[in-house]
Amino acid sequence: MRRERAPLAIGALAVAGVLFFLVPLLGLVLRTPWSDAPRALTSPDTLEALRLSLIASLSSTGLSILLGVPLAWVYARIEFPGRNLLRALTTLPMVLPPVVGGIALLLAFGRRGLVGGWLDATFGVTLPFTTLGVVFAETFVAMPFLVLTVEAGLRSMDRRFEHAARTLGAGRWTVLTRVTLPLIAPSLFAGAVLCWARALGEFGATITFAGNFPGVTQTMPLAVYLLLETNPEGSFVLSLILLAVSLLVLVSLRDRWLGSA
Amino acid sequence: MSLDATVQVVVGTLELDVHLKTEEGEVVALLGPNGAGKTTLLQAIAGLVPLSAGRVELDDKVLEDAATGQYVPTERRSIGFVFQDYLLFPHLSVADNVAFGLRARGTAKSVARSRALEWLERVGLTGYAASKPAELSGGQRQRVALARALAPGPRALLLDEPLAALDVTTRAAVRRDLKTHLASYRGIRLVVTHDPLEAAVLADRLIVIEHGRHVQTGTPIEVAEHPKSRYVADLVGVNLLRGEADHGSVRLSDGTLVSAADAVTGEVFAVIHPRAVALHRARPEGSPRNVWSGHVNGVELYGDRARVRVEGRLHLVAEVTPAGLAELRLGDGGEVWMSFKATEVAVYAA
Repeated sequence: MRRERAPLAIGALAVAGVLFFLVPLLGLVLRTPWSDAPRALTSPDTLEALRLSLIASLSSTGLSILLGVPLAWVYARIEFPGRNLLRALTTLPMVLPPVVGGIALLLAFGRRGLVGGWLDATFGVTLPFTTLGVVFAETFVAMPFLVLTVEAGLRSMDRRFEHAARTLGAGRWTVLTRVTLPLIAPSLFAGAVLCWARALGEFGATITFAGNFPGVTQTMPLAVYLLLETNPEGSFVLSLILLAVSLLVLVSLRDRWLGSA
Repeated sequence: MSLDATVQVVVGTLELDVHLKTEEGEVVALLGPNGAGKTTLLQAIAGLVPLSAGRVELDDKVLEDAATGQYVPTERRSIGFVFQDYLLFPHLSVADNVAFGLRARGTAKSVARSRALEWLERVGLTGYAASKPAELSGGQRQRVALARALAPGPRALLLDEPLAALDVTTRAAVRRDLKTHLASYRGIRLVVTHDPLEAAVLADRLIVIEHGRHVQTGTPIEVAEHPKSRYVADLVGVNLLRGEADHGSVRLSDGTLVSAADAVTGEVFAVIHPRAVALHRARPEGSPRNVWSGHVNGVELYGDRARVRVEGRLHLVAEVTPAGLAELRLGDGGEVWMSFKATEVAVYAA
């Protein structure tokens, strides 16, 4: 078979499209002061932000799995009136400007928010401007990615495997844990990775809801942004770290999203 | 042990309405064309498809009764199910697949494992305990599916097209094995199939289902000798007519009279074997009282014979030798004459 050739206009525009992505990446790699890298990387502020980012993003991924897998299961398996509306509302943060998400969180869980005051009075828990608040903000923005991916996995799996398990005497819980979840493991993994990557990069909701306190709520993206004013080279190095992490995520998902080619 | 099921289910355009009763001593095959509702019937018995009406009873214990709303969920029915494409759990090893039912019912891990290994030995797969289902051949998967269904010791075993997923070369051997395993199992045995040979080899009794309805039941020989539907007649390869018998003749629905030797009366089926139908280019002289003209509508090879489909007032298939076929010069599409003796018409009550 002859190889297909692109029309000239299409080819030129496609090249422009590629450059649009590659030039910024190239800029980041070329302009990073590599000699400063070790010092910037090991500075206490960076390490603190890195540590906080990892803790918060992993916690939020865990929380997303805990709440998101059951939610995805309900969306995929239970028919109830208003399901589509509910799904739309719970995946809204995917398209909502994160700052708006942060303000919404503040109005709900803030000291004078809908349930924030009650949380404070009853449990002595305050969320704004705490690390837990960071986890909440990241989960709010990232969990929909997990829910949608897992729901798609549940919908596309062959449910007759569950039937087979039931004829073998497996109750609903056994079917879920020993058949359903193992069978959708690839979707679960992909959803968790996407969710984690989104949580790691979270900026708007976090700074709005949790603020920007070094060591408590200042995650990597926040540190990058602030360093840009005081120490641009340092912010370049941190950016490169986040770029490397994103690349790693993409590679780990390549079979799923980039095909085997 | 006994199974007594009256199953009414509506799925899409299929309206299934079948009564079925079987006991431990026999293997029953549910035979019917694709879409007849055989699989749905099995699923309903297993509780995987809800009854819209009817009742399922196993060993005098009611599993489901649409009238009272009684329903024992699938996992507590003690019914083993072998699915058409086996549905072995791809993430579990062969041994874990076979042990699954025992584990799900609370058997200790080590006990379940040793029982699974015993079952693998029984089905001749000793060395495959650690393999994944994807590494097995179709015939091996079928045996794992059988062992998995039988390992928990169910009181009934339902098999849905157990050989359909296999290629022709392995089917005969797997069928032989399956027959042996079915013979050694004590319990209700139901096999769904669309393959008459499979049904005849595996089952003691056939239940023919078409369009969601019970059509005929009997031993494979009874069904083959007295087909009661066009589907079965075609499977067996005979001509089937239906009409009203009266004093040595059968009046078909369009008024055509066919001479028959049997002195039966009432609604009947009449079967004429294609071998008994003779073909002629000119109207035959002599004794046969059944003489009909028609036009050739197709010729098929059938073993070392040729089967000629003739359409006229009667639609019949005639079997001729290749030499006879050449002599008749049927290629020109002209008129042919069919004849058969009244004594060749087998008549039995509908």
